[in-house]
Amino acid sequence: MERPRFTPKMSRCLHQVAEKVEGLGQFVMKTRRTLKGHGNKVLCMDWCKDKRRIVSSSQDGKVIVWDAFTTNKEHAVTMPCTWVMACAYAPSGCAVACGGLDNKCSVYPLSLDKNENLAAKKKSVAMHTNYLSACSFTNSDMQILTSSGDGTCALWDVESGQLLQSFHGHAADVLCLDLAPSETGNTFVSGGCDKKANVWDMRSGQCIQSFETHESDINSVRYYPSGDAFASGSDDATCRLYDLRADREVAIYSKESIIFGVSSVDFSLSGRLLFGGYNDYTINVWDVLKGTRVSILFGHENRVSTLRVSPDGTAFCTGSWDHTLRIWA
Amino acid sequence: MKIEDIVTRIQDETEGVPIRTVKSFMTKIPSVVTGTDIVQWLIKDLSIEDPAEAMHMGSLIAAQGYFFPISDHVLSLKDDGTFYRFQAPYFWPSNCWEPENTDYAIYLCKRTMQNKTRLELADYEAENLARLQRAFSRKWEFIYMQAEAQVKIDRKRDKSERKILDSQERAFWDVHRPVVSRCLYTLPTSSDSFNHYGCSITYETISCCSVRKPAETNSDSSCFLFQILFLNTQLDRHRMKMSKVAESLITYTEQYMEYDPFVTAPEPSNPWTSDDPSFWDLEASKEPSQQRVKKWGFSLEEALKDPAGQELFLKFLESEFSSENLRFWLAVQDLKRMPQQEVGQRAQDIWAEFLAEGAPSSINLDSHSYERTSQNLKDPGRYSYEDAQDHIYKLMKSDSYTRFLRSNVYQDLLMARKKVCVSMFVINQRLSFVYIPIF
Repeated sequence: MERPRFTPKMSRCLHQVAEKVEGLGQFVMKTRRTLKGHGNKVLCMDWCKDKRRIVSSSQDGKVIVWDAFTTNKEHAVTMPCTWVMACAYAPSGCAVACGGLDNKCSVYPLSLDKNENLAAKKKSVAMHTNYLSACSFTNSDMQILTSSGDGTCALWDVESGQLLQSFHGHAADVLCLDLAPSETGNTFVSGGCDKKANVWDMRSGQCIQSFETHESDINSVRYYPSGDAFASGSDDATCRLYDLRADREVAIYSKESIIFGVSSVDFSLSGRLLFGGYNDYTINVWDVLKGTRVSILFGHENRVSTLRVSPDGTAFCTGSWDHTLRIWA
Repeated sequence: MKIEDIVTRIQDETEGVPIRTVKSFMTKIPSVVTGTDIVQWLIKDLSIEDPAEAMHMGSLIAAQGYFFPISDHVLSLKDDGTFYRFQAPYFWPSNCWEPENTDYAIYLCKRTMQNKTRLELADYEAENLARLQRAFSRKWEFIYMQAEAQVKIDRKRDKSERKILDSQERAFWDVHRPVVSRCLYTLPTSSDSFNHYGCSITYETISCCSVRKPAETNSDSSCFLFQILFLNTQLDRHRMKMSKVAESLITYTEQYMEYDPFVTAPEPSNPWTSDDPSFWDLEASKEPSQQRVKKWGFSLEEALKDPAGQELFLKFLESEFSSENLRFWLAVQDLKRMPQQEVGQRAQDIWAEFLAEGAPSSINLDSHSYERTSQNLKDPGRYSYEDAQDHIYKLMKSDSYTRFLRSNVYQDLLMARKKVCVSMFVINQRLSFVYIPIF
């Protein structure tokens, strides 16, 4: 049964209010580094707080830590499972977390000794009953937030592996999550195959807000830098902006010529630009306020599966099914 | 499905591309359209501004096999007079019919029976046929009979129709049994029948394939009750007006645009474009730039986020004898980051330091928060001090922080570079007077 859509008559969207804002000039964004080394589809990546190192994971079970600036590989681990769909760098820069079809999230401490066998020090932290789709450290090395194909998210204590809080509410696989940027905040947003984006309170496990305007799976969610809003990317080929104070969708980023799903989104430092990685191998750059597409970037030879802006906003990195990662600036 | 919408519309008799029969040397080529026609139609129908984008999209559609060049096996689109034909809906990828090797064997066998130069097997096809003959040696007779039967049916068809069907069938096999060398656009390997990550059902563990379907909805009354409660809370929620929210987003973005390296080039340069990491060295140095100091004035959160800002604010508070507030706030932040095992002890330590009777760094809490916090401490956890922390933060924000921004320590740092700049400017002015040549 079709759900009736409520469209308030007086609503204006962000783009209309932003008509008075000065337009952006032309952008020259190019691939500045290409990281080759994965033997199969790159599924996920994350930046280190030092703004130059990254961790990436791929379908063949490999997790690699790179100094993206020099393109050198610094560590490599082979996971016992294939399809490592999630990986994250610890805030201290001393560990990485990853997981996928093994239904677990494991933490590997990174040692300075290159010869040391990383796999030996592995610590199993999270256990789900289905695949791990995303993971993220909170603002410390001691807690990890995970989302899973079993429809739940969970907060774990790294040292003991104890489940601190679980989050139930999605009706299908949860595919992505993002922590609110505020130092004082205790919330995060998740997106799933049920087309919903839910905002959760980490303390109570309660879902405090829910948004359902996408027409297909939500593959990626990312907070706007102030933490008052978040963007989502979906298989319905659109990106949308939801404001938490207005409690509704305030902008939609789409074009008739874009028909392939969005796999991954992230904001530039000021929130003026939204970068989207698409399944048609391209990256579309959107003017968040005006809703126009500022640029389309070609380069990858297969779908873009993951996209993150660096911690200081100087570049963004994309990972693709073409086995490579690219740094763009 | 969006691609099929486009492919259906493009073949429409009135609104689509001109599909026609072209006369060629001694023969007719039925049902074709040129590459340029396709590109032009995409540009017009989908309002695409850049021809490169139309080419890219067209190539992706071609790679999936929805249309194909009639003269070669490369599944891509060229913006010229090359002829293309549309694939029959029977062979569309969305039908999710993954053909078996026996189907392929029958097809190759059929090709060898038809005695037409245009149907001669390519080298890789001949190799495949040989391999399949070895693999299916036991049932080869069956395969041969199937191929014969198909050839018989084909013979009854009209010549034009046969040409079209043969080419469509060949294009189908180009998609499912491609030439091994890399083609221009590799086919996206997932289709709607596989799960989100394109896991193939045959090779991966069961845990990944059943996942696409929504979890069984719990239909008992507690679930509905929960939903009703949730929706009621939503109804009661105070919502900000759209215009206010938009203004707030615009203001925030405009304020930070000068700090956004994609919008304003960082000084001295963006390390990724110049290969020079000085920008990072400067950011890490103990001497914050004027721009960074300015950011601390945006909000208390910004000041505390930057270690240098936090240090300066702490020094200022020490001068006002109210540093215990910030130290309490920082201690609670630390508490939340601890391993679970250490949380209990740390929570007690914080109480002893900041809140107990005669505590060395006693903070000022209103009685309500104090009561609540001491209750929480009966079962100490990482969120025991939320109320207290919130109260102290608001206090710092409205009181100490505003004074900090007006203070000498902050203003000096903010203006320090400015003073230097002004004197440089004056010196330059003086020099420019000297430089005017006198004729």
